[in-house]
Amino acid sequence: MEANQFAAIGVTFSISMFITLLSFMTGLNDLLDGLILNRTPHIRLYNEIKPNKDQPVNTTTAFKDHYNFIRSLKSGGSRQEIYNSAAVLQALKNDPRILGYAPKIFAPVFFNDGSISIAGVINGIEVEAESNYFHFNDYIIEGVAADLKKVSNSIILGKGLAVNLLADVGDIVQVTTSQGEQFPLKVVGVFQTGIQDFDKTQSYASIVSVQKILGKAGTYITDIQVKLKDVKTAPAVAVVYADLFQLDALDIQTANSQFETGSFIRTLISYAVGITLLIVAGFGIYNILNMMIFEKMDSIAILKATGFSGRDVKRIFLLIALSIGFFGGMIGLLAGLGLSALIDQIPFTTASLPTVKTYPIHYNPLFYVIGAAFSLITTYLAGWFPSRKASKIDPVIIIRGK
Amino acid sequence: MSEKILEAINIYKEFHDPVTVPVLQDISFSINKSEFVAVTGKSGCGKSTLLYILSTMDTDYKGALFIDNEPMKNKKEAQLAAIRNQKIGFVFQFHYLLNEFTVLQNVMLPGLKLNKYSAKEVEHRAMEKLTMLGIEKLALKNANRVSGGEKQRVAIARALINDPVIIMGDEPTGNLDKKNSEIVFDIFKQLALEFKQTLLIVTHDEGFAKKTNRIIEMEDGRIN
Ligand SMILES: Nc1ncnc2c1ncn2[C@@H]1O[C@H](COP(=O)(O)OP(=O)(O)O)[C@@H](O)[C@H]1O
Ligand SMILES: [Mg+2]
Repeated sequence: MEANQFAAIGVTFSISMFITLLSFMTGLNDLLDGLILNRTPHIRLYNEIKPNKDQPVNTTTAFKDHYNFIRSLKSGGSRQEIYNSAAVLQALKNDPRILGYAPKIFAPVFFNDGSISIAGVINGIEVEAESNYFHFNDYIIEGVAADLKKVSNSIILGKGLAVNLLADVGDIVQVTTSQGEQFPLKVVGVFQTGIQDFDKTQSYASIVSVQKILGKAGTYITDIQVKLKDVKTAPAVAVVYADLFQLDALDIQTANSQFETGSFIRTLISYAVGITLLIVAGFGIYNILNMMIFEKMDSIAILKATGFSGRDVKRIFLLIALSIGFFGGMIGLLAGLGLSALIDQIPFTTASLPTVKTYPIHYNPLFYVIGAAFSLITTYLAGWFPSRKASKIDPVIIIRGK
Repeated sequence: MSEKILEAINIYKEFHDPVTVPVLQDISFSINKSEFVAVTGKSGCGKSTLLYILSTMDTDYKGALFIDNEPMKNKKEAQLAAIRNQKIGFVFQFHYLLNEFTVLQNVMLPGLKLNKYSAKEVEHRAMEKLTMLGIEKLALKNANRVSGGEKQRVAIARALINDPVIIMGDEPTGNLDKKNSEIVFDIFKQLALEFKQTLLIVTHDEGFAKKTNRIIEMEDGRIN
């Protein structure tokens, strides 16, 4: 019976490792994806500054069938602004595929600190929309996001930028626009995304403040960030809006294709390792059952002599194998859950992930279903050959051998 | 005329080890109901080999075998197992109990396989057999915690559980001391006399054989 327990422990070990590994790896995947994807819109609508498509040379029929590379109209003629933004926002609002959206103004500025000026960007945002759909709140490490709305002419600086400007919450910073206008803004908070280059150059202000700084009307926006109900539809929806409003539309799949590949590979590795563990446990069970059949020859002979058929013997050994799988697997699932929960308690702090306090664990019932199914399947397969062997044992040879 | 329980007609068996040697030749005899038969002969004359054939465990032989007037030729492994379960009780020289189980469970096992009575009834019947053999006190003991003589009595109780038409034994007293041999013999005698149980016991204990109804003597694979 000790042999059975060893086999069961093998199953328990591999199932618990399988569960823990998958929960942890998936948790890490979610975390790494979230690091970028939380802050990334599913679709970004904007106007890229590019050469005018209608160059004068195109208007003459003489060169209609030629590739025309003479460009005399400069890019300056086109605008960064999204035309009739109100109509676009209205269309987004009525679109059932869309979960939410956040308009934005992208404004390159210089931050002045005494005689030096630091190139940076002010993002004009709608605080609620930005927080609701893009986790803006999560990244604020000092102050509160809502103050952008309450305090007029206020700004939230990136951590690196605040350090470079020697600015604390409550201080005033001077910004100069690309048109040369100077503007004082009050610091109401500091954020940190963990992406150094981003935190060194970026800052946030309310849309109204940025419109004021740039001297633009109340409808002026340069970007619309869209969050969809189903992220998979992003490329299709992007095309529709690009055509409809003559905009550039960048979907998340195109912008971050490497992330999906990364997640996929990590998940694949976890499954591969987990399943390898189970197969190894399966071989363990196979060996132990083979050994057990050797030990139990006498019992098999007596069962057959007293009227149990080969099929009965096979069934008995398969049942033993399956009960090893069942009990070993059950305990393994519980141990896996326990181990995951334990890892979930281990502190894990990193500057890049301000909301993460412990190692990430993804609890997914599917892992448990797969684990349970696999423990039964592997033990069944591992038990099949030894059981067949047991069923074929000739009782005469055993009884005569004594 | 009394009822035939077992009939062997021209049983022939050979081993190839590596040359072909006939071990059993021209074995023909029959056993009637409630006969107590001993098979004797020198060691190596083929007694065990014959018993394995008669008990349906060995199917590699020529000739015909009838148990309870039913021919055993051309039966499938599972059908033969069912016949052993229902009609034949075994007692071996080495007791062959399942050490994982208690005495009571060992006795019950063939009964549970037969599935004619409920588990409760099988347990009741098993207790009756143990009581009859005077070992009811051992019922709940682990099978490997009882003495050799007691084990053999447990094996007899197990052989009786399905009320078989015949009990076969291969030197059931061969491994026991005089006192225990006598106890086992007395049990067989009692079964034959009181319960009209048919018995076929292989032995090379002359004293044992003499006390039975009939002796089949074997010599070099034949019966005299
Ligand atoms: N598997 C086997 N292969 C070859 N010869 C065997 C085998 N089993 C038994 N024998 C031979 O058959 C003869 C009869 O054996 P057995 O029936 O065990 O005799 P007994 O029970 O009367 O002592 C012996 O000579 C033995 O060596
Ligand atoms: Mg023998």
